[in-house]
This record gives sequence, C-alpha cells and structure tokens, in this order.
Amino acid sequence: MVNEVTIRIGGESGEGTVSGGDILALAAARWGYHVYTFRTFPAEILGGPCMFQVRISNQPVKSMGDYADVLICLNKEAYDRNISELRHGGVLIYDPSDFTPEAGDYIAYAIPFNWIARKEIQLFQTKNMVMLGAISGLFGPPQESILQVVHSKFSKSRKANATLLEKNVLALEAAKKFVNEKLSKRDPYLLGPVEKAERVVLNGNQAIVAGALMAKCRFFAGYPITPASDIMETMAKELPLVGGTFLQAEDEIAALAAVLGASFGGVRAMTATSGPGFSLMTELIGLSSMAELPAVIIDAQRAGPSTGMPTKMEQSDLSFALYASHGDTPRMIVAPASVADCYTLMITAFNMAERYQMPVLFLTDQALTARVESVESSVFVPAELQERVRPGADGSNGASEKELMSVASAAHGYARYAYTSTGISPMTAPGFGAPSYVATGLEHDEFGHPDYEPEDHTAMMHKRFRKLDTAAEELPTPQRYGDEQATIGIIGWGSTEGTIQEAVDRARAKGYKVASLHPKILSPLPDRTIRDFIGSVQKVIVPECNYSGQLANLLGAKYGLQAIRVNKFGGIPFTAGEILRAIEEVS
Amino acid sequence: MTQTISNPTPKDYKSEVKPTWCPGCGDFGVLNAAYRGLASMKLDPDRTVVVSGIGCSSRFPHFMKTFGFHSVHGRALPVAQGLKMARPDLTVFAVGGDGDMFSIGAGHLIHAALRNIDITVLVMDNEIYGLTKGQTSPTSPYGHVTKSTPYGLMASQFNPIATALSLNVSFVARGYSAKPKELAALIEQGIQHKGFSFIHALSPCPTFHHTFDAWDTSVTPIPADHNVRDKAQAVLLAMETERQFVGVFFREERETMDQAAYQLAQQAKPFAIEHYIKRYA
Repeated sequence: MVNEVTIRIGGESGEGTVSGGDILALAAARWGYHVYTFRTFPAEILGGPCMFQVRISNQPVKSMGDYADVLICLNKEAYDRNISELRHGGVLIYDPSDFTPEAGDYIAYAIPFNWIARKEIQLFQTKNMVMLGAISGLFGPPQESILQVVHSKFSKSRKANATLLEKNVLALEAAKKFVNEKLSKRDPYLLGPVEKAERVVLNGNQAIVAGALMAKCRFFAGYPITPASDIMETMAKELPLVGGTFLQAEDEIAALAAVLGASFGGVRAMTATSGPGFSLMTELIGLSSMAELPAVIIDAQRAGPSTGMPTKMEQSDLSFALYASHGDTPRMIVAPASVADCYTLMITAFNMAERYQMPVLFLTDQALTARVESVESSVFVPAELQERVRPGADGSNGASEKELMSVASAAHGYARYAYTSTGISPMTAPGFGAPSYVATGLEHDEFGHPDYEPEDHTAMMHKRFRKLDTAAEELPTPQRYGDEQATIGIIGWGSTEGTIQEAVDRARAKGYKVASLHPKILSPLPDRTIRDFIGSVQKVIVPECNYSGQLANLLGAKYGLQAIRVNKFGGIPFTAGEILRAIEEVS
Repeated sequence: MTQTISNPTPKDYKSEVKPTWCPGCGDFGVLNAAYRGLASMKLDPDRTVVVSGIGCSSRFPHFMKTFGFHSVHGRALPVAQGLKMARPDLTVFAVGGDGDMFSIGAGHLIHAALRNIDITVLVMDNEIYGLTKGQTSPTSPYGHVTKSTPYGLMASQFNPIATALSLNVSFVARGYSAKPKELAALIEQGIQHKGFSFIHALSPCPTFHHTFDAWDTSVTPIPADHNVRDKAQAVLLAMETERQFVGVFFREERETMDQAAYQLAQQAKPFAIEHYIKRYA
C-alpha cells in the first residue's frame, strides 16, 4: 500500500467540487498528512467546469503531482476534460447514471452518487458528502477527520442547521457503507495512520495577509482584481481589528497613490493587484522610488498580456517588474515560492521597503494565491521588524559620521535626502515633533528642494542606486539545492521551487548530477551566489511559466549565461515530471 | 483634533524656496492667502501636510514651511486621502490646478467627494495649461484659441462648482486670487469644516491666458442672504455665466470616512501571530 495519493475531483462549479476538495484537504491535514492543492476556476461567475486536486502524503509535498492517482468525475464533461490526467493504472470513480467511461488502463469504481444523495438521503445537496464518504471509505482519511472539518465549517456557516448537518453525516455513512459492501478494493492507495503534527492549512493569499499584519502593515488600499481580491477583502476585515485603516480605491493608480500618502505619514502600507492593475501603477512606482517612500506592492501574476486569462497561472510579469516606470528607477523584487514564503517573505518585503525606502514588488502568482498547503505552525512566529532611519534627537542627521558623505547647510529643515555611503538617508513623518520636508518626484537636492543641476542629478542617481548595493550586501542569499558535484544546474524563480526540487530529487535518484538555485530576491540579485552556481555546472536550465524566458533573459544580460530555456505558458504550472524530462533531455 | 501653535504670523509658514511662478501670477495671491489662513488658524506646521500633483500651482508645497508631498500629475487627491485615512490626526491640504484636478485627476475628485474624507482641496484655476506653455484645459471657454486648439476649442467648459455640488461635496466655495483676504477666510473655513472641502480659486495666468480684467469685472460676492444649506440655490449660482460668484456655496456636516474608520479601529487589540494563525489549524 502507498501512503500517498493524488486525488482529482472534476465537476461543475457550485455543486460542491471545490468545497468537497477543501474539506478533504483539511481533513487529511488534520489527520497528520501533508497536503498540497491545485485547482482551476471556471470563467463563469456561477457554474462552469472546475477541478480540485489534492496531493496527500506522509512525506512533505513539494508539487501538485504529475498525474492524478484517483480521478473522480461528477459529470461527463469532467471525464472528458480530465481523463488524460489520470495515471496509467489509476482509479476512475464515476456515477453510472451520468455516463459510461470508455475502456482504459484504469481501475473503475462505479458509485451512484446521485441516487444515494437524491433517494437515500433525500437531499441532492449532500452529493459532495457522498463523494467524500466514498473517498474516505476507499483511501482515507477516516470519517471522523472529515466529520470534524464538516462540524467546524458548519459552526461558522449561516446557512447551517441541525437537519442539514445530520443529512451530511448520513450521506458520509451511506457512501462508506456502499463502498464497503458493494465494491471490492483493487487499487494500492490507502492512507494509513500517521503521527499528528503541529501544522496549519492555508493558501498563499491567506499567508500574505498574516505576514503583512505581522509586519505591522496598518494601511491597505486596493482595487478588485482576480486573483488578488481576497487579499484586499481580508485586509478590509482584519485591519480595523489591529488599529489599521483600509481604502477601496477608484482604480489602481489611486490605490498606490493612497499607499504612498499613508507611507509618507509613517504608516506601513501596501496594495495588492494583478498585471492589469500593476500596469496602471507604474507612474507611482517611479514616484515611490524617486521620493524614497517605502511601499509594498503585491502583483499576483496571471496569464497576460492585457486582460489575458485572469484565473490562470503565469510567471510573466518579471520583466515588467524589473523595469516598470520611466527613467532609471531602483526598486526591489521579492518572489515567494511557497505558502510559507508568502508569510516570511512578506515580512522581509516590509523590512526591505522600510530600510531601503523604495517600492518592493512582491511577485506571487495565481497558482500560489489559491494553492493550499499544510505548513508547520513553527513558520508562523513573530519576526524582527526594521524601522526607518530617523534623524538624531539633536537635530543631526541620523546617519553616522562615517556614513555621512556630505550635507550642505540649510536655512531650515534637514537633509532628508542626505548623501550617505549606504545611500539610505534619514526620514521623518509629520506630527512627532521631527523636522519637516517635502517629498517630491522632481529631482531634488539633499533637502528635497527642486534641483536640476547636472552634478546633483548625477549624485542623486548614484545615491538612490547605492541602496541596492547596500541591500545586496545585507540581504540573505539563496541556498543551493541538490548535488554538490552537479553538472546540470537549474535556476528558477517564484512558485515553481517545490516542483523543481522534486524533479532534482527524482533525477538524482536516477543517477543524474543535478542541483538547483532559486533566488527569492530578484532585485537586487545575489550576483556572487548566481555566478558561483553558474560556474559550478556545465549546463543551466531555466524553467519558467512564460513565453519569452524572462529570468533567462535577465541572467543572459547580467551574467552572459546561455541558458537552456524551458517554457510553459498554457496557464497551468509545471509538473515535476516535465522538469525531469528537461533534465533527461539535456543530459 | 487640530493642533495649534502660539501666535504665528503668515511668515512662519513661508519656506526659503522662492516661487518659480511668472511675475503677476495669480498663484502668488493664493499662496499668500494660504499663509494667512494657516496663521489665523495657528496650525502647527509639523502636523500639517500640503499635498499637490504637477503643474505651476502644484509647486506650492515647496513654498510652505509645513510637511509637503509634491506627487505626480493628477494624483494629489488619492495621496491626500491615503495620508488622512492612515493619519486622521493630521491636517491635510491638497492643492493643484485645473488640469491636475479636472482633467488627468478628475476621476479621483468624484470618489474623494463621495467618501467625504476630511481634507481640504484648493484648485487654482487659470483655464489653461501653464507649465506646458499654453494648451487648452477643461475649464477653457468654448471656442478658446490656444496652441492646442488653433481653430478654437470644440468642447464645453467644465463647471467646477456645479460639479462639486452634484457630487455631494460637503463644503463648496470659490475665491479669487486678487482677493487674498477673502480667500484666506475661505481656506480657514474649509480646513475647519469636518469633511471634504472644495475651494475653487480663480487664479489668472498672465502669460498664457490673461483673465485679470475679465474676472475683476465678473467676480461677485455671493448674495448675503444665500442659505449655504440650500443646494438648489447653490446650483443656480454656480450655473450663472455672466457673474462668477465667490464665497461659500454650500456646506453640510455629515460623517467622514476617516472618522468612521478611526472609530472602527478603536476596538483594536494588539496583533499576535500565534493567535491569528489558529484559524487555519
């Protein structure tokens, strides 16, 4: 028996496909298993085909799985759409009243979901419970784990009532009874008992909000956009509870402008958007960089260009994030790879924004926003927060004398934009008795006064970009994964890390010498680490979910790397098997 | 919540940066009115933020010894609103021109008005784009010949006061740069008003669209018997074309978004991640 199973449920949105999958993932995680989900969204507001896949294992799960071990089709269309994703020798579960599957290399279980729900339980809404009961009976997790989740979901739901709960329990039991009495198990998938663990189960966007709140973000402004809206909605709910404020802006330009206003006021602030909104924000990214105002901007990437495919995954905003804004504009870019990263790197992003006084772009993507992972609770702990550099209490510049390069004397105010060796200048906020200044998008002198002198613009450009050099020295560098003597290297970014690492593991098990590197801070890049990595291998594969190879282009431009590009751009993330094939092909 | 300092003079609000405006620019009068209004209110410069966009008039914050935020074209209002929402204890004063507020930033004006966030916006209207040297603006009159309308403007003239009234702005006033004392009083009333205050300041451009003589004739004080709660009457005054009324058109106290949000946040508890994350256990 295999203590791991990947279950895919295909059905119609709104008939419990996703909520059933959610309950399954949660129940498995509460029972002690690691889970990792992948789901698609229909284009329709109500209804439309969708699927929910959960990989459940007693070992940490790094990717969504190459194929489904078990495919549950709640209608004929789900079968047509998903049957090619079922592993050879896998399990197909269907209701014979919906359709008859063609003969194939799979074990088929016919279960009358519709009949049990409609006739036996007399409530069609319980169909997803019938499905869960069947899954529980065939593979696990035990019925008690599912019941626990159902109970806690019911306790939070307004639609819940005692009869409905009772019917749900009956549905679970009826399905289990059917499975035990009418089916003979012919597949190897059985989740045995495991040790309980201290884990939480959440998706990327939920972890982002937890990280932002931990990082003392106390102002959020945003505009609805898929797949970032639930960050906004959760911030709207949570911010007042921690003393913060929220603004739904009239567009993304206003959203980032409001964030910069709040940041000027000394309040840690962020916005969250996706590609189309990010496009609108570019003028404010320039302002944030020029006026040196901290801001955190989440770009939940989706398939582009233009409106593209709002509910599909792509890693295609890296080039834009690197260069968005006219003029030479220093900015920082952070790309989380996992749900845990969404928490820890959010805090890092705020610390970077506050310390280096510039926009920090946080590039998540559609798959990671909705991906549910079980994460060790120990990840979600308090973190140290960076404060802005302030002028000294004696009215002197906050920078140490060693750091200070020059400060002209002024009639009033202070050298808000003082030239320092780090590039970081002291910053005040109104209302604390500190000296005032004017934040401006015009080129300015050290005091923030407009200044177009050639030597001053040159010095200011140096100062602003010097902060990136300082950051490169101060920020953590990525760790190499895999073979120390590798001949093949893989460099990736963003939400594909787990998938790449799983491919590295599988390739090494087959005897390939492979290692990977996954920088999570993409501006400034950790030059030395990347150069060392490239120099240590013979070939470098750069897998990206985009058309043009945006990281590969960057690595080519910066380090002269001729990468082997592996690009996927259909709106669906890589599987580990696809990366593994690329490794095998170049070997 | 307004913070004050003791016995300031208008000079206490003046920075050492010299205005870049042309000699005779109406904005000098508006700037002096602002110094005067803020001094009369004894506003603490360290708790006052002047926010602007881009344009001749948007250089304003550099000439004031308060905190300032000289943002980008059209975005003064969202910056000011974000600041006020995050820091309701501050006095936030947004300034800009007709291009900034009625063209590129016009969309923001609508929503600032609806939210009734307690900020004061002062629009210096010269009916022309001055910084870019003389193109038509939303408030240019129909048929107006400018560098960008060599055959005459073929669009209607934007009516700032009528628009503000239609947007339910809770304080609507107009002043004239050539009457800085009256304008200073309007600025003072606007800042004192709890809610979104809109002050339309006629401020001629001597270089590209000389309107001093015309406005000296057309500017007329709002009749003394005007009831500032009578919106219908205010609209009638705003729609007049021969005379340009100055004074307070409309005023109404109602809840502001910043105070509502501030009240909501009063029940806040310190954030503890160990507690917060339990919802996902």
